Amino acid sequence: MNRVYRSIVRHGPLDTNRNRSLAVFGNFFLHIHPVKVRLRAIAFTRTFYLGGLSAASYLILVVTGVFLMFYYHPSVPRAYEDMKDLQYAVYMGPFLRNLHRWAAHAMVALVFLHMVRVFFAGAYRPPREFNWVIGVLLLVLTVLLSYTGYLLPWDQLAFWGVTVGTNMADAMPVLGPPTKFLLLGGRAVSENALLRFYVLHCVVLPLFLVLGVCVHIWRIRKDGGIYLGQGEGS
Amino acid sequence: MRLVDDLQLPLDDRERTRREFLARIGAAAVGVAGLGTGVTAVRFLRPEVLFEAPTRFRIGRPEDIPVGTLVVLPEQRVYLMRASAGFFAMTAVCTHLGCLTRYETEHNVIFCPCHGSRFATDGAVVNGPAPLPLPRLALTLENGALVVDTAVTVTRDTVLTG
Repeated sequence: MNRVYRSIVRHGPLDTNRNRSLAVFGNFFLHIHPVKVRLRAIAFTRTFYLGGLSAASYLILVVTGVFLMFYYHPSVPRAYEDMKDLQYAVYMGPFLRNLHRWAAHAMVALVFLHMVRVFFAGAYRPPREFNWVIGVLLLVLTVLLSYTGYLLPWDQLAFWGVTVGTNMADAMPVLGPPTKFLLLGGRAVSENALLRFYVLHCVVLPLFLVLGVCVHIWRIRKDGGIYLGQGEGS
Repeated sequence: MRLVDDLQLPLDDRERTRREFLARIGAAAVGVAGLGTGVTAVRFLRPEVLFEAPTRFRIGRPEDIPVGTLVVLPEQRVYLMRASAGFFAMTAVCTHLGCLTRYETEHNVIFCPCHGSRFATDGAVVNGPAPLPLPRLALTLENGALVVDTAVTVTRDTVLTG
């Protein structure tokens, strides 16, 4: 075993349980799992892998989203033209755009189903109550990401969808009008609004979502992994 | 706040209160700085200058508009009506959720494509989710031209006799 390889992978060959444990323990990507995982915890019918699938659709959204950003200008009327360009002229543009859209729909559905599964399994029970709260925040972030992305094509559907949405915020007593003004960066849906939604969609909300997901998974890990019913795995 | 006690140090009361005072003053300073940053950040996001169309603009000369005509100005989102009683201007923005309405000449009705609200040419709700009639806008006659201000609403019985 050469020295470079040994500096990266610090456990021995995977021929003993100890080394296999060390492989999980010492790996950044695998350490979201406890060192020992019960077979019952990874049975498909326990979780339907809904949380993991939500995270996987987020990964697809980040990758396709970054690709789309290479061709998209958040300005009027370039936004609409760039969207059409992606659809008709850019190599693999329709594939990326459609994948981004379908993954977005899938993520909203998966997050919802994940919460249904957690609810009916009773996996929100103590000591996991606060992780449910984090999950609700992650649902809100998912919906906000979906909504901010809706404006970016700058077509009729986007324009009026955001007009309607920001007018709903406007209906809130006291806080409504300033919230709408801050969201749009003006009195009407305009170039300012497009740029704001773009920054929220591509930078602010994804960062908060990643942070939330880290805390969410970390707490599951600290609570001993997937919920296995009252008495947890005894 | 128990910042010093947890250390289990053999401190006299003087030293304990001094440390606690310093810790609290430090926490308060961080709090004030954080609050200031938050307020400044929200203030930063409120634009100082808006490059939006002016709310006051000329429409035309009253003598060019026959009685019973509804003039549609989609760019400015305004309708100008010359009823038999006189002129009035009203917004073309639906009172439901802010979509732009359109005038359907064949039915003589104002229609909102978003959720199907319908208004009469005097702005009254005919049907649909719209909760309020289309508000009338300030309309004045200046140097022989009709001038509307979309930022100022007036009562529903206001007409400009011209």
